[in-house]
Amino acid sequence: MLENYQVLIGLEMHCEISETNTKVFSSAKNGYSDTANVFIRPLDMGFPGTLPVVNKKAVEMALKASMILGCKQPEYIYFERKNYYYPDMPKNYQITQETKPAPVGIYGELKFDCKGKECTAIINNIHLEEDAASSDHYSTFSTIDYNRAGVPLLELVTDPCFHSADEAVAFLETMRSIYQYAGISEADTRKGQIRCDVNVSIMDKDVDPTDPKNWGTKVEIKNVNSFGGVRDAINYEIERQIELKEDGKYDEMEQQTRRWDEDSFTTIFMRSKVDAIDYKYFVEPNIPKFKVSDSWLESIRASIPELASERKAKYMNEYNLSEYDATVIVKEKPISDYYEEVISLGGEPKNAANWLTSIILGHLNKTETDIKDLFLSPKMLVDLMNMVSEGKISSKQSKEVMYKVLETEKEPNVIVKELGVEQISDDKTIRDIVVRVLDAHPDLIEDHRKGKNTFDFFVGQVMKETRGKANPSLTTQIIREEIEKR
Amino acid sequence: MSYMDKGLVELHELLKNGEVTSDELVKESIAKSHEVQDKYNAFVTILDDAKGGEVTDNILSAIPYGVKDNYSTKGILSTGSSNTLKDYVPFFNATAIDKLNAAGAVKVNKTVLDEFGMGGTGTTGHTGIVKNPWDPTRMCAGSSSGSACAVAAGVYPYATGSDTGDSIRKPAAYCGIVGYKPTYGMISRYGLFAFASSLDHCGALTRSVEDAAIVVDNMKGIDKNDMTTWDSSDIHLYDNLSKDVKGKKLCYIKEICNPSMYPNAGSELKEHLDNFYTVVDKCKELGMTVDEVSVDSKLLNALAAVYVVISCAEATSNMSNLTGIIFGPRSEGENYIDMMTDYRTKGFSPLIKRRFIIGSYVLQAQNKDRYFHNAQRVRRLLVDRWKELFKDYDAVILPVGSGPAKKFETDNDCVEEDTQILEEHLQVGNFGGFPSITIPDGFVNGLPVGVNITGNCYDDQNVLNIAYALEGTMNYKNQIAKEVK
Repeated sequence: MLENYQVLIGLEMHCEISETNTKVFSSAKNGYSDTANVFIRPLDMGFPGTLPVVNKKAVEMALKASMILGCKQPEYIYFERKNYYYPDMPKNYQITQETKPAPVGIYGELKFDCKGKECTAIINNIHLEEDAASSDHYSTFSTIDYNRAGVPLLELVTDPCFHSADEAVAFLETMRSIYQYAGISEADTRKGQIRCDVNVSIMDKDVDPTDPKNWGTKVEIKNVNSFGGVRDAINYEIERQIELKEDGKYDEMEQQTRRWDEDSFTTIFMRSKVDAIDYKYFVEPNIPKFKVSDSWLESIRASIPELASERKAKYMNEYNLSEYDATVIVKEKPISDYYEEVISLGGEPKNAANWLTSIILGHLNKTETDIKDLFLSPKMLVDLMNMVSEGKISSKQSKEVMYKVLETEKEPNVIVKELGVEQISDDKTIRDIVVRVLDAHPDLIEDHRKGKNTFDFFVGQVMKETRGKANPSLTTQIIREEIEKR
Repeated sequence: MSYMDKGLVELHELLKNGEVTSDELVKESIAKSHEVQDKYNAFVTILDDAKGGEVTDNILSAIPYGVKDNYSTKGILSTGSSNTLKDYVPFFNATAIDKLNAAGAVKVNKTVLDEFGMGGTGTTGHTGIVKNPWDPTRMCAGSSSGSACAVAAGVYPYATGSDTGDSIRKPAAYCGIVGYKPTYGMISRYGLFAFASSLDHCGALTRSVEDAAIVVDNMKGIDKNDMTTWDSSDIHLYDNLSKDVKGKKLCYIKEICNPSMYPNAGSELKEHLDNFYTVVDKCKELGMTVDEVSVDSKLLNALAAVYVVISCAEATSNMSNLTGIIFGPRSEGENYIDMMTDYRTKGFSPLIKRRFIIGSYVLQAQNKDRYFHNAQRVRRLLVDRWKELFKDYDAVILPVGSGPAKKFETDNDCVEEDTQILEEHLQVGNFGGFPSITIPDGFVNGLPVGVNITGNCYDDQNVLNIAYALEGTMNYKNQIAKEVK
């Protein structure tokens, strides 16, 4: 049925800025802890007389994101109060930014890749605000953890510019990568650092989608906390709306807010547009507006590091990696950083990429380990690669060594000794054995000279004496030399 | 022998010379606190176990003072004179209090205010009304009612105040003392219970301009916890006090204080205005010029409405942290909404609730432009007009209110129409964040009245010097309230 309709999707992506030391308006630590309520100052609990103080680092990171998204930065930074009562916000207002006065960024565009197709996301605005506390709800009570209250949060609002769940998710993945690469956020959904609101509408296939008059009724889905959830919620909602169309009930549907229910895999009605909350915004009087100077913007711009798309191009063009490998490596910044370090330590790029994609990433996935916690350091990987290139171990053996290193968390050279796989690459040792073997079989040397294949026999004898540890290519070379001499 | 009726410099000398000890001063101040509490109900808390402090080179050291109860004081009940915080003991000090502590000043009590500073009568605090020490049948005005009462009654030389509309400067006039609100951001508001953040100022109530300068010198300073503070480290108000004001230019506003504007004035208003013009003459005798200037009545008449809209809007948001859940007396209820509703319904006085409703109303999406944004525009117009005056003049001089303290029985929160602008004009000082000081300038019916001097932002020294010189021409410095029969 989908083929009869077109879909329009807009996103609101909230991402915590995790890379500041302190919260956005208080001096409490900006951190993630399993212990509740350890990172709090009086302001975070709304005690009387407390005042917000803007964290300049958070503003810088917000402006950095604004630049990466190609947004326009404001002349002055203002904050506004969004007033509503909820226990996760003890002041009962949130300090945020609205569109008037302008937030840290308005009107941007971002090109992103969706399954090989280049798409463009239209950014309406990006603004800096404070996160609320996190709450857990049980059957008869709820608990609140104020560690998260006041953590800097970037909210990015797009126009309805995506046409499928795939596009929306590809954009979110691109954004996550940008936040990670720009040093703004770990952007870890498992820590609840990313939350999305999604709005979805459908319209008939044959109408012009660029004309807002043709757009269907907007349904907003609140608080989707994983990219998988975003995909499922969008697909569910498209199906639900198509069904309403097909049943002739679509026109009765009012503009509304729903929530994604992870247990039932459905969206559930929350409120209709007429019940929309009036947040009574006004400019936060405790934060004087401050001028965004050109020199400040310049220094922020200069601090934008190499992003995933740039690294990917470098990997393909300079290191000759396949597009697939390059994509896999840049997807998560920590992986790409690991790879960059291996290269900087002298690792051969193509070889290093093979190790990473064929064994290391699989191991991380299987053991659910973060690459930052991986025992095998970039240095160890380079050591292992060098052992092969120097002929100390064979490439077949190196794989065995790698698995053991990952399994036992012992350094490669220790494993090599333990496994006894270290090759004999010492010229004199091998030459002595070769001389002995040749002395014992003068007849076979004759046969060899007559063109009979006895060469493999000599190699086999050397391997037998060294229990397979003799470096094969060196052995071949020495046998050849010694036969020549006779 | 009493000491608490003296000025700070004299007390400091006495302490330095060993003629009196800090313990003796504290003891006297606490005894007087109880006396004043019995008669006028000025305090929420009297710190009976306060001890004297060390005498240092700081003039404030070892000398008692009072703290308005909307300043957060560590380990000491801080109620904002509201039932919603009747048991709230903060675990941190307001920055201004930390600074006074560092100066060695000794707190002896917490003074009553109109609930959270919202009100100008001294009748809405949760501990009851504050009476005027000159005439207990009259009010002190507010909201720094207890502080004004106590300083006037000689409990100590000074108390802290806060001023959102005229909450320091009006009670000072009604009680015959000095009330000084420096430029916005000179004293940190961190730890001051917020009423309307863009209008709130900390300041001091004293019995002389000199003492006001000393106290504010010690309270002021840039604060990393308040982004609206600014660096005033090169301003030394007390050191630079000077009576040499020759050549300074003052103006008063015809539409506010020219007797021709009040054809039906009663005797109190007439006397008050007459008195003001004698003060104007005194200014001229000091070598200053005083001009009458004109400000559009339309603009002036909008002043009170602008104040109501902006202050109520900010207040309703600022005070939404009062839910009784994290601090304050927690209410019972089925769920947090019931608990919060019950706490707020029972805790706030009707006056405050009325203001919250106004605040919410003017911020609603459909009303915001008409009320809130328009109020902000008119605020800007008023401030611009005053700034224009400050291009030509060092300060604006105007009478405070329409006469002496009002009787309780005429108490209502609305002001008589024809003198509204006289009653409300001090709010311009809050709109613009201007330094503004009220000093006593005479008596009407045996009761004190005041005159106000307001200058441009950061021009505190000039304002204080004009007040200092003018004070020197009159006999009200360090006057102590005496009940008039």
